[in-house]
Formats: sequence, structure tokens, C-alpha cells
Amino acid sequence: MSVEVAGMGHARGEGPLRIAVPRGALLGGTLDALDAIGIDTSEVRGESRSLIFETEGVTLVTMRPSDVPTYVEAGAADVGITGKDVLLEQHDRVVYELLDLGFGRCRMVLAGRKGDESLGESQRRLGMMRIATKYPRTAERHFEQTGRQVEVIEVKGSVELAPLIGLADGIVDLVATGRTLEENDLEVREEILECTARFVANRVAHKLRAREVDGLTAKLREGLGR
Amino acid sequence: MIHPIPPGTRDVLPDEMRELRRLHLAMIEVFESRGYGEVSTPAIEYDEVLARGDGRTADSAYRFFDERGDLLALRSDMTIPIARLVASRYQGAKTPLRLCYLANAFRAVRPQRGQMREFAQAGVELIGAPAPDGTAEVVDVLEATLDAAGLDRAVIGLGDADLYRQLLSEFGIEGEARDAILGRLAAHDLVGLEVELSELEGIGDEQAATCIALSQLRGGKEVLDEARSLGGAAVERATARLGETFEALEARGVADRVQIDLGLLRDLGYYSGAILEVYDPALGHVLGGGGRYDELLKRFGVDLPAAGFALYLERVHVAQMEEEPAAGGKA
Repeated sequence: MSVEVAGMGHARGEGPLRIAVPRGALLGGTLDALDAIGIDTSEVRGESRSLIFETEGVTLVTMRPSDVPTYVEAGAADVGITGKDVLLEQHDRVVYELLDLGFGRCRMVLAGRKGDESLGESQRRLGMMRIATKYPRTAERHFEQTGRQVEVIEVKGSVELAPLIGLADGIVDLVATGRTLEENDLEVREEILECTARFVANRVAHKLRAREVDGLTAKLREGLGR
Repeated sequence: MIHPIPPGTRDVLPDEMRELRRLHLAMIEVFESRGYGEVSTPAIEYDEVLARGDGRTADSAYRFFDERGDLLALRSDMTIPIARLVASRYQGAKTPLRLCYLANAFRAVRPQRGQMREFAQAGVELIGAPAPDGTAEVVDVLEATLDAAGLDRAVIGLGDADLYRQLLSEFGIEGEARDAILGRLAAHDLVGLEVELSELEGIGDEQAATCIALSQLRGGKEVLDEARSLGGAAVERATARLGETFEALEARGVADRVQIDLGLLRDLGYYSGAILEVYDPALGHVLGGGGRYDELLKRFGVDLPAAGFALYLERVHVAQMEEEPAAGGKA
């Protein structure tokens, strides 16, 4: 067993394929997609606090969605599922994006306080807006591409707070239903992009375990009804 | 007192150094035994000279001015300096030339595991030997080098650098659209590729499907037939080149560890024809790569076909260590 531990963190040529499964908002959709292709996810759905679940043929490894590219890039997981928002924020991670899984649909938006003109005013009079976000690189890229200067302020927690108490003029954040914005008296000013869950693979696993990776991709694609 | 060193660089202490040295010696021994003589070139060169080889490596180069105001650059690989060396020092020499190196190169990348800004590469350059035999010799040396490093499970991916350039020209896709598609292919972003292709005017569904299907073809010789069934002149030419190369490998008895991969793209601009990538199941990163660069020497004024490979010494070392328990477990 010590061999198994020593092998952690690297792609392995043998043993069951390791699938990185995102906890949080994408977990339900991910488990449904895995169920649909015949992978038993009942243990993950249970009360267990384990992080690693052995099932027939594959090993499911659960983690934060934002850690999926890290594990997959290093080959500690062979394939994984995570949001496009995560992939865009970490776009320098080398993972192969094989399939749009369609679920977990949400929008990355620029939002400001209702009836508040500080976004426009700051841009006009100060030459730049202050934007709070958990996605600093995606936000920076968006404003750069649209030719506007911004000061991006990275926050870790509830980003809605920032414009309410004057840390920022607006926020860039993910919106699924829009309820959180509504409750905090914020409104969408711009749509940046639409995000869904994606199936990704490690570069070496994609080459050396081609049959298994292709098989999984094909089954997932079928499961989507395409 | 802790005195910092720049990100992406590192010190090597004796225990590691001993292992690296052993690995280095084992590799050089293989190179020398195959007739490849070791060369050394300056770490700094004139930017103008390096840019002659590949304008695109310019992206991540370290540049600075010397006291005369000349623009210098740190080399970002050894292939271009060796092309310069061959053009300058071996005028009229008998070919093929067989040269090898172990040298540090520099790229201003975002440092992370397996991706340093200063890194050691070990490799060979075979100059004046055309495809497919020249390519087969390089693969042969590469396999012997991997064996000497104890990586007998390593796999070599074999692709074609011209396939997509030619395919997209055949489809009439040029300029920015072509670069966008090549970018998606290089990153292997299939979702983005599909979107990019569907938004393009003047490309049919069937052509788009061909492009996507090709990028997924990898495996034994049978993938060449699968590729051919997709049709088109570019595919026909690429599969013919790959087929010839693979036959030359078979003739040398070194085809077993080679995986034909039509999805392979290397990001260096000077490759043409066969391209190589090296993987080991113990490591999630690519160990190295190479291929043919038949047009590169021309840019330095000598028209010679050439091929070579480079392995990242540190990554080979990591893989070597990871393979140890695996080998022990099997025994």
C-alpha cells in the first residue's frame, strides 16, 4: 500500500482511472452524469466524510472545483469535472478540455448597486472602476479586451458585500438564479460569459490511457443525448 | 540569513546533484556511443540571431542590453543555437553531423512544478539526414536514452507538424481564423475548437467534424487508416509521411514504443514533418519532445534537413524516482 501513497501526485500507468469530482454546486450534476454512464456514486452521495471512493473500474476523488485543474494537470487525477469559470480563471493550467457537459449553467456578470452610478462615474471622472471579484484574472481579461481600465480587488468571501460598503464600484461574479444579487440590491450590468461544467483530462493520461479516456468521453457525450 | 533567488530558479545540493550527474553521464554515454559529439554554446546570444530561428520563442525570452547597447537574449532552447553553430563552424563539412548537448535554457514562464524558468535539457541534433531514416535514427537514440535512464515504460508520441496547417489551407481557412483554430488544437480545447469551427463561415459540418476527429486519433498503425478514411489531400500527405516514418522505425526495430498521434502539435514554430513527444506513465507532465526542422537551417544560410530531441533532465529525474517503487513492486 505504501507504493500507492508514493504514487500519489503523479499519473500512474495502471490501476483504476482517477476521476476528480467537484464538491459544491456541481456535485449533484456530476454524480447524475456519472450514474448515467453506469458508475456507482451511492457512496459519494452518502454521509461518508472520505475524500476518495473506490468503485468498480474507477476511483472517484472529491475536491473543491477550483482544485480540479491542479490535480488533473499534475496527473494526480487522470480526468475530472469542473466549471468553465474555474478553467478560465486558471487558463495557464495545461489540461485538455474534452467535453461540455451542459449542466451547472451560470453566467459570469458585472453587477452594480441598483440605481447607483458609481461604476460609470468612476470610469468617467477617475479613469478607472474598482471591481471586487473572486475571479481576478477573468475580470482583468474582460476589461482589458473591452478597452477599460479597472482596479481589480480580489476577495475570498461574499463578494456582494464590496459595493454595499464602498470597497468597490461593482463586482464580477457568477450568477445562477440571480437571487443573491437581488437580495443585496444589486443588478446585472453586463454579461461576460456563460459557464457550464466541463470534462477535462490530463495530457499524459489522454495519450497513455487513450482507450479509457475516449470511452468515458463517448459515454458522457451519449449521456447528454447528443 | 535567507537571501532570495528569482522565482523559477533553484539551487541543487549534493544528494540531488549526484543523481543528476549520474543521469547526465548515462545519457551522454548513449549519445557518444551513437556517434553524437557534445557541444557547448553561450547561454547568451544576440537576440537578432536567435529570432532568425523562430520569432515566436521571442514571447518568453529574457532580454537585456550589453554595454554597447546591443540586444542580447538568454537561449530558450538548444536547437536554434546549434543551428547557428552548424552554419558558422561547419561550413562545407561532411554530413550528416551528429551533435549532442546537456545545457541550461531559460524561459520566462509562470513557474510551477515541472516548469522552471531555468531548466536543463539533454538532447541530440542530427543534421543533414532527411526523413524518414534520419527521423528513425533520432527515435532510436531517444529510446536508448530513455532505457539508460531506467524509463522502459516511457512512450513516444509521433505526429506531423504540417497536418493542420495544410488541412486548414485546404479548407481555405487563413489568417486570424487559422491561428485561432491552431491555438485551440494546440491547447486541446475541444469544446472551444467546436465553437470556433461552427462560427467559421465557409467551412462545412463535415470538414469541421474531420478536424475534430483527427485531433483525437492516437494509437498504433491502424490510426493511419482511420485518418485516411476521413479523406482530403492534407490528410493523405500527412499519413503518407507518418506511414513512411513508422515503416523506417519498424525496420530499425524501434516502433513498439511509438504511438502515432494525429492530435500532436508542438508550440515551437520551426518544426516541419515528424514531431515527437515523450511521456512516462509515472509522471503527469511531458518529459520532452522533438522532431524534424527541415527549414530551420535554411534560415541560417545552410539548406540541410535536420531532426532532434530534447529531454528535460529534471523531469526525467522525477520520473526515474517515481518508477523505482513501481519496479520494486513488480519484482
